[in-house]
Amino acid sequence: MSHVGYIVAAWALTLGVLALYSVTILRRGRKLSSEVPPARRRWMSTDNADHV
Amino acid sequence: MIRDAYVIAAKDLRIELRSRTALSQLAPFVVLVAVLFGFALNADRTVLTEAASGLYWITVLFAAVLAIGRSFSIEVDDSVIDMLRLSDLEPPSIFAGKAAALAVQLVAIQLILIAAVVILYDARIEDPLLFIAAAVAATVGVAAAGTLYGVLVAGLRMRETLLPILLLPVLAPVLISATRAFDDALGNAAVNGWSWCGLLAALAVFYGVFGGWAFGALMEESR
Amino acid sequence: MTQELTEVSNPGETTGSSATLWLGAVILIGLVILGWLSFVVTEADIELEDTVRIMYVHVPVAIMGYAMFTICGIGSAMVLWKGSQWWDHVAGAAGEIGVVFGSLTLATGMIWGRPTWGTYWEWGDVRLVTALMLVLLYVGYLSLRSTTGVTGEPSRAAAVVGLLSVCMIPVVSRSVEWWDDRTLHQEATVTKLDPDIDGLMLFTLVFGIVIFMLIGAWLLIHRFRVAHLETELELYGVALAVEQRIAETTDVEAALSVAGNDRKDES
Repeated sequence: MSHVGYIVAAWALTLGVLALYSVTILRRGRKLSSEVPPARRRWMSTDNADHV
Repeated sequence: MIRDAYVIAAKDLRIELRSRTALSQLAPFVVLVAVLFGFALNADRTVLTEAASGLYWITVLFAAVLAIGRSFSIEVDDSVIDMLRLSDLEPPSIFAGKAAALAVQLVAIQLILIAAVVILYDARIEDPLLFIAAAVAATVGVAAAGTLYGVLVAGLRMRETLLPILLLPVLAPVLISATRAFDDALGNAAVNGWSWCGLLAALAVFYGVFGGWAFGALMEESR
Repeated sequence: MTQELTEVSNPGETTGSSATLWLGAVILIGLVILGWLSFVVTEADIELEDTVRIMYVHVPVAIMGYAMFTICGIGSAMVLWKGSQWWDHVAGAAGEIGVVFGSLTLATGMIWGRPTWGTYWEWGDVRLVTALMLVLLYVGYLSLRSTTGVTGEPSRAAAVVGLLSVCMIPVVSRSVEWWDDRTLHQEATVTKLDPDIDGLMLFTLVFGIVIFMLIGAWLLIHRFRVAHLETELELYGVALAVEQRIAETTDVEAALSVAGNDRKDES
């Protein structure tokens, strides 16, 4: 296989960055989940009327 | 609407004339940038002449960022923006007025910059009509986009740094088109400057229409 | 009310759900299959040789970048139209993920460009130059969002920028394309990026696009939930402060009335 370095670099960079970004999001979500009370954790609500 | 826009534009220009920021600070600024480009490019006449159109428009964009920041700091500092909101002026009229005032200031700055570019860079205007048409179209585009982003960041902290990073990528097509049109007008490149000028006009209309429409939504923001 | 507000959840909760868990599992299996297809099953391209294997990540990443910018634009339009917080989260999440995919498009494009064009950066390639401008455009969008912060209300300013930015995609692309016409002689190197690809390569490419769409969806769901939680935390904090204020006020009132009664008793 020619240009192995470039090919590996492109794949590793893509998967590495996406994995790192995913982990960051998951950790942020975990931290926030522990701080927000369960009643306020509804994901897909479109209005804020039923909160507070 | 035109009458309301005129009132706003006249107000802004009167403030500018009294404080003389545009003349006393922006004019020296553009000359300074023109000289600094000369230093940066090692005062090479051929390079400077060839790059004149690009350097010209980069300088205009930098000056525009400063002028826009100024145009909205006068509104925010004395909470004039709240008065404008309370007045029964239509947001598109306010937008048109502020954009027009900004365009007039940019034209004033460019008159000085043209002299600087002709003298310092040895640029020759071979097609004055194209030169003026392109400059006017590009100026209107810059003023329209600048006014929209000016009001957008007006109330925010760090607006001085936020404005350029938001505005300059949006103005990249204007920079490209204006530079190419000027290349033709200055006889630097065999391109069709008038079609670039047409693109500039289209961009100016696009920013103008979008800005006039979005201005209303933005004025409501902190109501 | 007070009890609901002060009650703190058990830690260890995540933004995941059984659906996202399954999605994640499918993605991981899909990536393994994509790797197998890209490196074992498919042959090297005649023109691009083995560097064609970069295409199987570069093209899906680029498509997802544009998809995310488009979603961000739709979300922004919905915020302006409906004033919806839900769409504001979608727009913000898509904008951020779009910048990640956009940056990866640039990076993999440049890595591919080096062996193919002999240079990392080719001004003659319209798509690469456009991608850079778009990433810069959306980095501005994200900095605006981070400046306005979490307010518990959809940001109209961010929505205007998001909508204008998505309108700028064709404008930037077109103007870069026309601008590029001055370098017509470089067209040959650029079109090398569009090789005639055979069936198996095309299948691998499409498979890669599908997998990256799933990745995009997974990221969007999780990033949306993070944005939702951030807003809820902000609103919760405000509500908590209001509760405390009310409690303080009633305490003071009670104390005052007690003190008043005492005084009455004395007299």
